[in-house]
Amino acid sequence: MRIKIIYLSISFFIIALTLGFANMDDNSNKKTKEKQAELILDAPFDKVMAVLTHKRCINCHPAGDTPLQGEDSHLHNFDIVRGENDHGLSAYTCNTCHQSENNDYSGVPGAPHWALAPREMVWEGKSRIEIAQQMMDPKRNGGRTHEEIMEHLTEHELVLWAWDPGVDAEGEAREKPPVAKDEFIKAVKEWISDGAIIPSE
Amino acid sequence: MKVSFTINGKLKSVEVSDGNSPLLWAIRDGLDLKGTKFGCGKAACGACTIHVDGKAVRSCSFPTKYAEGKEITTIEGLSVDGRLHPVQQAWKEEVVPQCGYCQPGFMMATAAMLKEIPNPTDDDIDNNIINVCRCATYYRMRKAIHKAAALNSQNS
Ligand code: FES
Ligand code: FES
Repeated sequence: MRIKIIYLSISFFIIALTLGFANMDDNSNKKTKEKQAELILDAPFDKVMAVLTHKRCINCHPAGDTPLQGEDSHLHNFDIVRGENDHGLSAYTCNTCHQSENNDYSGVPGAPHWALAPREMVWEGKSRIEIAQQMMDPKRNGGRTHEEIMEHLTEHELVLWAWDPGVDAEGEAREKPPVAKDEFIKAVKEWISDGAIIPSE
Repeated sequence: MKVSFTINGKLKSVEVSDGNSPLLWAIRDGLDLKGTKFGCGKAACGACTIHVDGKAVRSCSFPTKYAEGKEITTIEGLSVDGRLHPVQQAWKEEVVPQCGYCQPGFMMATAAMLKEIPNPTDDDIDNNIINVCRCATYYRMRKAIHKAAALNSQNS
């Protein structure tokens, strides 16, 4: 009887030890994965794309001819369309309602050059890689060089509006992109200066 | 803050505590021109449409400070020298309004459109005149818009 109890205790000890190690293994795996994710998110390309795929950017780079609107990126109310020059129709332009700064009274957002991105710059529904390839391709980016893209992303008032998106018609603050403005600007400069390498996913 | 502009041909100034406050308020409450209506206050209905340098603008979403030095026209200034504007004439002939609340906005939007598109098709009208009328006078408005275009070309 006594021997049996000793054997049982030893078995339990071994099982507990094994489970403990397994658990430690799980924990360290988790930590490594978190570290990897951190590393991935820390890469300049990933920071840039985390911003460019955010609704504050995508809403004006829609797949169709109607802008997207709001936190749920619904089609812009009233069947608004891009028109010939991406600035609305001749008698109903973006500026009928949108001015060059946010309007906290009406909840209508605004920034200089308020307009839709041209058709060849559609981002909605595309992967990060596709967006990056398209953005860096002079045939599809309005003939811009890397330098000019860098300038556009880091200095253009309409792009930087994403970090000052104002409030909506209910007075609720619009969501900002997941990366801070300065961090984004730094990441764009690093990524493009390092050759604008687009990883394969 | 003092903001000066020409409104319906007259030079006027308004004093506003916040330059971002809507031009609609300055027009209605500051200048007592009540023809321009407040519908939604969110640039959604078009009742507050006026012209700023000849372009249709929703004044509930237009900061007063931006009016500095601009030419503003409201429904009160659409007729010239006591003669009805073709849009007003057509509206009258087609007996467009029901309650009338939305009508100044529609007429201002139409007058701005006819400058850009003198002979609008039904599609042009649908795409460019997207104000809201709760009495649903859209059908009569469409007829009046075509009539205004015809009157315009007769006059010119
Ligand atoms: S009151 Fe300005 S659009 Fe409705
Ligand atoms: S006539 Fe009544 S809202 Fe248009």
